Amino acid sequence: MTQEENKIMLDEIASLVSKWKDKEGNLIMILHELQNFYGYVPRPAALELSRALHTPLARIYEVITFYNFFKLEPPGKHIISLCLGTACYLKGSAILLNEIKGLLNVEEGATTKDGLFQLDVVRCLGCCGLAPVIKIDDKVYGKVQKSEVMGILSQYNNHQEESVK
Amino acid sequence: MDQKIVFIKDTGIENDRTKDYYALFLNLLRENSLEDQVQINRVADIGIYNQGLVVKIFEQDVIYANVKEEQIKEIVLKTIKEGKVIKELLFQSPPKQLRIVLRNCGEIDPENIDEYIAKDGYQALNKAVQENKPEKIIEELKKSGLRGRGGAGFPTWLKWKLTRETPEAQKYVICNADEGDPGAYMDRGVLEGDPHSVIEGLILAGFAIGANKGYFYVRAEYPLAVQRVELALAQAYDHGLLGKNILGSNFNFEIDIRLGAGAFVCGEETALIASIEGRRGTPRPRPPYPSVKGLWDKPTAINNVETLANIAPIILKGGDWYAAIGTEKSKGTKVFALTGKVKNSGLVEVPMGITLREIVYDIGGGMISSKGIKAVQTGGPSGGVIPQEYLDTPVDYENLQKLGSIMGSGGMIVMDEDDCMVDIAKFYLGFCVDESCGKCVPCRIGGYQMLALLDKITEGQGKLEDIEKLKRIALAMQKASLCALGQTAANPVVSTLKYFFAEYQDHIVDKKCRSHKCKHLLNYSIIQDKCKRCRVCLINCPVNAISGDKEQGFLVDPKICIRCGKCYEVCKFNAIAKE
Repeated sequence: MTQEENKIMLDEIASLVSKWKDKEGNLIMILHELQNFYGYVPRPAALELSRALHTPLARIYEVITFYNFFKLEPPGKHIISLCLGTACYLKGSAILLNEIKGLLNVEEGATTKDGLFQLDVVRCLGCCGLAPVIKIDDKVYGKVQKSEVMGILSQYNNHQEESVK
Repeated sequence: MDQKIVFIKDTGIENDRTKDYYALFLNLLRENSLEDQVQINRVADIGIYNQGLVVKIFEQDVIYANVKEEQIKEIVLKTIKEGKVIKELLFQSPPKQLRIVLRNCGEIDPENIDEYIAKDGYQALNKAVQENKPEKIIEELKKSGLRGRGGAGFPTWLKWKLTRETPEAQKYVICNADEGDPGAYMDRGVLEGDPHSVIEGLILAGFAIGANKGYFYVRAEYPLAVQRVELALAQAYDHGLLGKNILGSNFNFEIDIRLGAGAFVCGEETALIASIEGRRGTPRPRPPYPSVKGLWDKPTAINNVETLANIAPIILKGGDWYAAIGTEKSKGTKVFALTGKVKNSGLVEVPMGITLREIVYDIGGGMISSKGIKAVQTGGPSGGVIPQEYLDTPVDYENLQKLGSIMGSGGMIVMDEDDCMVDIAKFYLGFCVDESCGKCVPCRIGGYQMLALLDKITEGQGKLEDIEKLKRIALAMQKASLCALGQTAANPVVSTLKYFFAEYQDHIVDKKCRSHKCKHLLNYSIIQDKCKRCRVCLINCPVNAISGDKEQGFLVDPKICIRCGKCYEVCKFNAIAKE
């Protein structure tokens, strides 16, 4: 971490802590904001937070690791959320999962080698009427067929994005 | 002159073209110089799904559905300009639904508090603080017979009364909006469509039990719901409906939002409390119940989103009005997220006592395919399956429990002959194993062991004595787990064993999965009559399990085959048999 990055981090944490310090049970909310800022919770930030809140680092890590939402690793450029909720499962989302894993050569919860995609499995995005559902970043693809997966993913590869620019 | 108000929404599922239609409408209105007389609004949800472009015109109170692009002109000229109704376009609304919780969803702009107020919003709160008799609210709820809609069905009035009667100055109320049940999105619908109705319910809860602080515990996975609740809270503060001296009374009340972080167990009330306190969301033994020792050890009433959305109408129209709807012990309506192999998926709100058949066929429009209905699953991972022979059972808390399922939060998933019940049981159990917090042994280890047994069965390695083992572990989990997650985690297995034992037998004894879901039990072979000897299957087989030549024909070697199904997919002549 460069000195400049370090300063940004210290400022961010100081402002979060001053915003939340008077509210009880603030740790989870601070972690949410920290993750919004970085996309994950970097270890130096957790260490600094532990100092600022006078809370042991173990207490912070115990919370981060309990909740699925918090990440300790930087996310991929595009985040694929594949729904394995009941409605999607019944309509074949497990098949889509295998297809994506095969196409991108990536496991659940991991990032592709080029850092382009991260594959997350989620339990219900709350749009069961569209099952099976894949969400990439903020875009929701409904009623996806196995044969369409390749086409959807290819919209996100670097090459095409550059050509659009 | 008053403006005519028109709502439009493209409810098609492909891509939402509301924007294009909006432009078309605007152009046509301009051409006919009607733009000053008509206010046209794009809405996010109109309460109708999968019906193409839906247009609602308030003046004539008509709803048109499946409107084609070229018909927009007709609507503008006939209905908007001349006031004539076009019969062919009218939306045939499915009857049988009764909307109390969803009363405003799709009707009002959820981001505009004035529209909620125009629909009698905050009138119940006004009535309550002016009368200033909190006990009367609890009395009215007792008359109404409202029970908790989060799943367990505990009488709401009793929960409030117990919290009210605990002697302690500081008390809390919490709205549980941590909807984690896979395949259910009732709470999301209400929070996104009508957040003020829930906020009003929460303020009334605070007033009734004597709390001055409330928390909204919302799933972080629902960003739009979080955003709408935040906005609605800010508006309520601006209007003097939250904060000090609400509506000129002595009642002070504040609401804060806390975000969940992706843990299903946090729907359990003691785990939810731990999470609001900023800790790991693990449950603790009860008693003491939260009504005695809850958030920061203070008396706390926790209510589900749907329960709270019911409160204001009950206070306004009276408990007797509500109690007239529903069955003897289950009053009012219930929102279900109807999904699965049914034609019309979506949120439905029905009076208690309606039969499952009415929900699936009259409201849901029946099955998607010609495959027969096999079962309806309610209650998500804590519930069970209800086989088709019980479809005429009236839906209420007691009946569903008698059938080995539960009302649950409102997921209702329709399954057909293609769905393997062993696989479904494994799916739900797998979810609970993933989500088990690990604090108590029966849930942590019992769930894992049951899942291992089910894996064995679906892989064709099962033995009949495994069934007994499953039942014994299930009983231990039900009796000894710390919280409802563990106590109910085995329900999907127990109920599928009860109604679909034959399917387990098929998997164990005959090594067959009749729904073709469990891939280890499938056998692929080549139908020689249909085979055109094109070799596509042979080329695509990843393990070279297919051999032969053009003269002799081809064969699949089951010893090498890994049952990946690639040959079945690539064959253009349907010459691969799967059984």
